[in-house]
Amino acid sequence: MDERDLRGLIGRVKSGELSRRGFVQRMLAVGLSAPLAGLMLADNGVAMAADLRAAYKPAKAGGGGALRLLWWQAPTLINPHFAIGTKDQEASRIFYEPLAAWDPDGNLVPVLAAEIPSKENGGLAADGRSVVWKIKPGVTWHDGKPLTADDLVFTWEYARDPATAAVTIGSYKDCKVEKVDDLSIRILFDKPTPYWSDAFVGTVGMVIPKHLFSAYTGAKSRDAPQNLAPVGTGPYRFLEFRPGDIVRGERNPTYHLPNRPYFDSVEMKGGGDAVSAARAVLQTGEYDYAWNLLVEDEVLKRLETGGKGRVDVVYGGKLEFLLLNTTDPNVEVDGERSSLKTKHPAFSDPKVCHAMNLLVDRKSIQDYIYGRTGRATANSVNGPERFVSKTTRYAFDPAKANALLDEAGWAKGSDGIRAKDGKRLKLLFQTSINAPRQKTQAIIKQAAAKAGIEIELKSVTGSVFFSSDTANPDTFPHFYADMEMYAISMTQADPSTWLLQYVSWEAATKENKWQGRNIARWRNADYDAAYKAAQAELDPVKRAALLIKANDLAVSENILPLVHRAEVSGVSATLVAPRSGWDNDLSFLPEWSREA
Amino acid sequence: MGAYILRRLLIAIPSLLGISLILFVVLALAPGDPFGELAANPNVPPEVRAALRLKFGLDDPIFTRYLRWLWAMLHGDWGFSFASRVNVDTLILQRLPTTLFVVGSSQILALLVAVPVGLYAARRPYSLADQVANTLAFVGFSLPTFFTGLLFILLFSIKLGWLPFVYQANLPGTGLAWAWESVRQAIMPVAVLGFFQAASYTRYVRASALDVARLDYVTTARAKGLTEGTVTRRHIARNALIPVVTLVALQIPAVFGGAIVTEQIFRIPGIGSLLIDAMLANDTPVVMAVTFVFAGLVVLFNLVADLLYGWLDPRIALR
Repeated sequence: MDERDLRGLIGRVKSGELSRRGFVQRMLAVGLSAPLAGLMLADNGVAMAADLRAAYKPAKAGGGGALRLLWWQAPTLINPHFAIGTKDQEASRIFYEPLAAWDPDGNLVPVLAAEIPSKENGGLAADGRSVVWKIKPGVTWHDGKPLTADDLVFTWEYARDPATAAVTIGSYKDCKVEKVDDLSIRILFDKPTPYWSDAFVGTVGMVIPKHLFSAYTGAKSRDAPQNLAPVGTGPYRFLEFRPGDIVRGERNPTYHLPNRPYFDSVEMKGGGDAVSAARAVLQTGEYDYAWNLLVEDEVLKRLETGGKGRVDVVYGGKLEFLLLNTTDPNVEVDGERSSLKTKHPAFSDPKVCHAMNLLVDRKSIQDYIYGRTGRATANSVNGPERFVSKTTRYAFDPAKANALLDEAGWAKGSDGIRAKDGKRLKLLFQTSINAPRQKTQAIIKQAAAKAGIEIELKSVTGSVFFSSDTANPDTFPHFYADMEMYAISMTQADPSTWLLQYVSWEAATKENKWQGRNIARWRNADYDAAYKAAQAELDPVKRAALLIKANDLAVSENILPLVHRAEVSGVSATLVAPRSGWDNDLSFLPEWSREA
Repeated sequence: MGAYILRRLLIAIPSLLGISLILFVVLALAPGDPFGELAANPNVPPEVRAALRLKFGLDDPIFTRYLRWLWAMLHGDWGFSFASRVNVDTLILQRLPTTLFVVGSSQILALLVAVPVGLYAARRPYSLADQVANTLAFVGFSLPTFFTGLLFILLFSIKLGWLPFVYQANLPGTGLAWAWESVRQAIMPVAVLGFFQAASYTRYVRASALDVARLDYVTTARAKGLTEGTVTRRHIARNALIPVVTLVALQIPAVFGGAIVTEQIFRIPGIGSLLIDAMLANDTPVVMAVTFVFAGLVVLFNLVADLLYGWLDPRIALR
């Protein structure tokens, strides 16, 4: 197969003659890896949209009755740029739409955009400093006004204004948006930006109408009536919202995708708890869909025997991990413990970190605690596939760990606990209160005891552990402990923001009020260099290689990934609900339908 | 009488001020941050959180914040919710009807059960009927509502499939079908709350009926040859219910305040669930408004109960 054949094949995928999957299979047959094939397509402006949308069966819009969604955390506002939690983003997503959404493989699918910008269609500038988005013609807001480039420019102005206090400001403050014509905009970056698909894409990208919001920008933003009564472009029109309780919408008859949406009305009920939400879908069938079932897999399996629904699992970027402190939490310097000026007595030695890594029995944690809702991993970046390192391995090997600790000079004392220079290897291990975490703590403590490490366990209430209170020493950014464990999500299908949490200049300190993202305070010059290089690399393949290198460096010492956790939902037996781990649960709501 | 009411109202002012100060300080000292969830999101720069805190005045000293809150409250401004970015009074008014309906119906149910059962049990103390009523009452108020609520759900929703366990504040639709749906979804929460309340009312009614039944005027009534039914209805019940009336008056604030646990279990969008959601989200203005209004109602209905008592029982003089 030479270049001409390849171009021909890509062309056939573009015209829809050959499915994306078919293309990837052919590439596999000639020895190319699937992610690389995906990259080739993405680079040529072909996303997976064809496959996802092709699965939609209904031949006309409407007629599907009511779609009943159950969210155990109730949405409290419906302005996507004020969304404090996922619940608010999801409620907004029923009514508002971005230019493009992320599909399950982390590829872009056009929504309000006519096409995904690429080098081929002239959307991406060769120098990586600008991107042109073309808007799909004929899209109207729910009140009948047309969607134009002015709305996008306004959305950017609205979100980037610090006085608005939009939570999406991070995606808009470093770029400039200008109108090219009525149906296209240009985003300008002040430096070459390989990750150009942040603004106007996915969870942060929902476009708001200029004609309704223009009177409410900056400090006045909180008075906008549209904060509680959205007017968007989405598949459903707004009917009713009661903060903390229910959101209701009806079918948008002028929706821009043909034959969609299928349901006549949609309702998102909030409140209660995850277990009873699972019950209402899996056991009684009162609801069609239950979001984010943070319930142990055993319980879910039992509820599933009711036969009314199934548990649906998709993977995004949620990672449960263990951090080994590189600084000393027991020494106070200038009113601060775990200060960068100190060194951890044990974990500043990579050998001890390796030993600790070998003492974490990830397979047992997956099998006995997370079940179907997580998979053991040695990587910090677990998706999209093109950014996942293939060379990392995890192992559970107490014998080797013992040998490493001996080598590092930590000798076993008469009580079986190791010591070096008169210091006993006694560690404080903290996490938030949450049943699976306490079980994981126990598994690690048990294994460590066999290697002569004494671990003291500490669990902190979630509201304290995850707060940003600078005066409270028990929060995770303070990290006044030797080890800690928690989960955070990579919310974009690109690891560049995610990997910022290991760069040296982000170390959490008293000086930055513990707002730095590098909680383990791990500092490594090679890592910093790889990260910086990736930020400026425009070739997607080379950039992926740099990001993978960064991942490998990060997980080689003080950062111990444990479990790649899934987004778990309950879905009624008759509901067809395609969704993506890289975007909101409702990002593909127009594609939802029911099967007899 | 007028002087008495005025004095009581004047005493209420310092106690309400004290209550509000304590509530505010406790909430301010409690850990947590309304924008804490943003901290865990790598895409939200820390400056956004700082800007939001500044915007809502969270970084000012506690006392300044308290005075600001108090001043606004005196002007009838109940505050602005951090989580929903709307006025707190809008939120509360939106939820009040649901709570009044559910908790109010449960109180009525409780009285409908408790008064006849209590009087009947008191007619022949230590008879079989009395023993049964007593035992049930004991069981009733020993079982917490979160337990009976779950039990009801497991039985009526999951095993039998008769009743829905997710409550909807305004069901779409009209007509008989709609009315039936509204009643159907309210059966379980009203029953859970009603029977719990009925259990304690029953014991009060029984005890006070027993006290009254021993009095001389009841013996006189019987000596006159009145039937047992007339004696119970006209002579015992009327006096025995005086303490129950005040008890009910003291329960009225709870009707407005909602039932936190039951509302959570059945997803009833009432004041109780608003309070618990606001606490979990560290939405201080909402928590302050709900608890403070609740405190105000408790103080007010204590006064009402005292007045009612004096009116119903002329032997008690209010000075």
